[in-house]
Amino acid sequence: MTTKDAVIIGGGIVGVSLLYYLARNGMRNVLLIERNYLGSGATGRCGGGIRQQWSTEINIKLAMLGREIFANLSDELGHDIEWHSGGYLIPVYTEEFAQQARKNIELQRKLGLEVELLKPEEIKSIVPQFNPADVILATYCPTDGHANPFKTVFAYAKAAQALGTEIWEYCEVQSINRKGTCYEILTPHDTVATPILVNAAGGWANIIAKMIGIELPTTPYRHEILVTEPVEHFLDPLIISFDGDYYFRQEHNGGIVGGMGNPDEPPGINHRSSLHFLIEFSHKLAKAMPILRDVRIIRQWAGLYLMSPDSQHIMGDINGIDGYYQIVGFSGHGFMLGPISSKLLADYITDGKRSEFIDAFSYRRFEEGTIQKEVSVV
Amino acid sequence: MNDKPKDAKIICRCEDLTEDEIIKYIEQGYHTLEEIKRASRAGMGHCQGRTCQRLIAQIISKKLGIPLENIKPPTARPPVKPIPIKAILNLKRKDTTQD
Repeated sequence: MTTKDAVIIGGGIVGVSLLYYLARNGMRNVLLIERNYLGSGATGRCGGGIRQQWSTEINIKLAMLGREIFANLSDELGHDIEWHSGGYLIPVYTEEFAQQARKNIELQRKLGLEVELLKPEEIKSIVPQFNPADVILATYCPTDGHANPFKTVFAYAKAAQALGTEIWEYCEVQSINRKGTCYEILTPHDTVATPILVNAAGGWANIIAKMIGIELPTTPYRHEILVTEPVEHFLDPLIISFDGDYYFRQEHNGGIVGGMGNPDEPPGINHRSSLHFLIEFSHKLAKAMPILRDVRIIRQWAGLYLMSPDSQHIMGDINGIDGYYQIVGFSGHGFMLGPISSKLLADYITDGKRSEFIDAFSYRRFEEGTIQKEVSVV
Repeated sequence: MNDKPKDAKIICRCEDLTEDEIIKYIEQGYHTLEEIKRASRAGMGHCQGRTCQRLIAQIISKKLGIPLENIKPPTARPPVKPIPIKAILNLKRKDTTQD
């Protein structure tokens, strides 16, 4: 039997950053358990974007704080995470979304975010190769950016281990039992007893929650993504369209990585790739960036979004369940919002520090019926 | 551009990685082909690891004393060969997500 002060289940961006921030707050006898290798779930499969252009006030505020973390992270952790402050360009194709974009910009500017409203013909000043056909307007935030998800996970994990925490990889949790004031976690390595248990299991979070009798209101969905061969650097911003239903960016090594949603996707844990996605996304990419028609696609894969009812994550504790915390349901935005959310949760766990974010993203919002859906989602 | 030693053994030609660099990743704690791929990009280039994967498996085997047959290959991902986007545009679109 191993005894720990806290155990985190899930070795994606959320779990490893929480491990680091708990250790930085002085809680070091902490174990992270990962069923596969670090970043093997949604984090290592994601687009890597870091965006502040949201539609709800709380998400904008959270994302602005989160962006600050990424901008300084290579220095703080001592490993290069390939942060690139290339901005986010959001083309809009329908009147409904154009109205929403104007509302978003007003709110974002009120909260101090630098964001521009562009006419279709102005887009070429940001991305000359973009095809503005059918675009009504675009918004552009120059301080948004992107980073390398693998390197970010590894950097947090290394920094957390250097502070004395422990990570068990290739170790799937088999069951969790409540024994007095502790949780007993059964794994193939050993049984672990801990008074504090954190569910950060991403697409698998519902399975972990069920082990302690909690039904989460979240649902996993497959999202597909692909990458092209590397081409000379030409694209700074990540380009995403909510009504055009696509996103893509150029990676540090030159490849174009991008994906789209699929409204017909059935719920479930599925990591297979489809020909449907390859064809549909190629059409979107070729239309938005005709220059890429001659570029070759080299790889496609899939990851999971754990969708919550309002497309915003759920974090904190649950009334009546002592010692259990969760930080789940990021709805496709775990990489960009994970580190800041983990930092706030760590402050809550170690120092009892309640912020407006702990209240806003609490599980209680579903019981109280005070949800405001985030609409800026692909 | 190339700062590799003249006598370096290139393991991954697409991403320009030497044997010494792969060994450094193993020493940093990346012990499987999946992890080394993600940390170093070995096997992420045009050939998708067709050349380097076996070589890296041998390096892991030697370095960590794991029998070669116990080293799991990374997930094979489509397409089998790089395809230009304009060629994909000629494929028939279908309304299915069955695969």
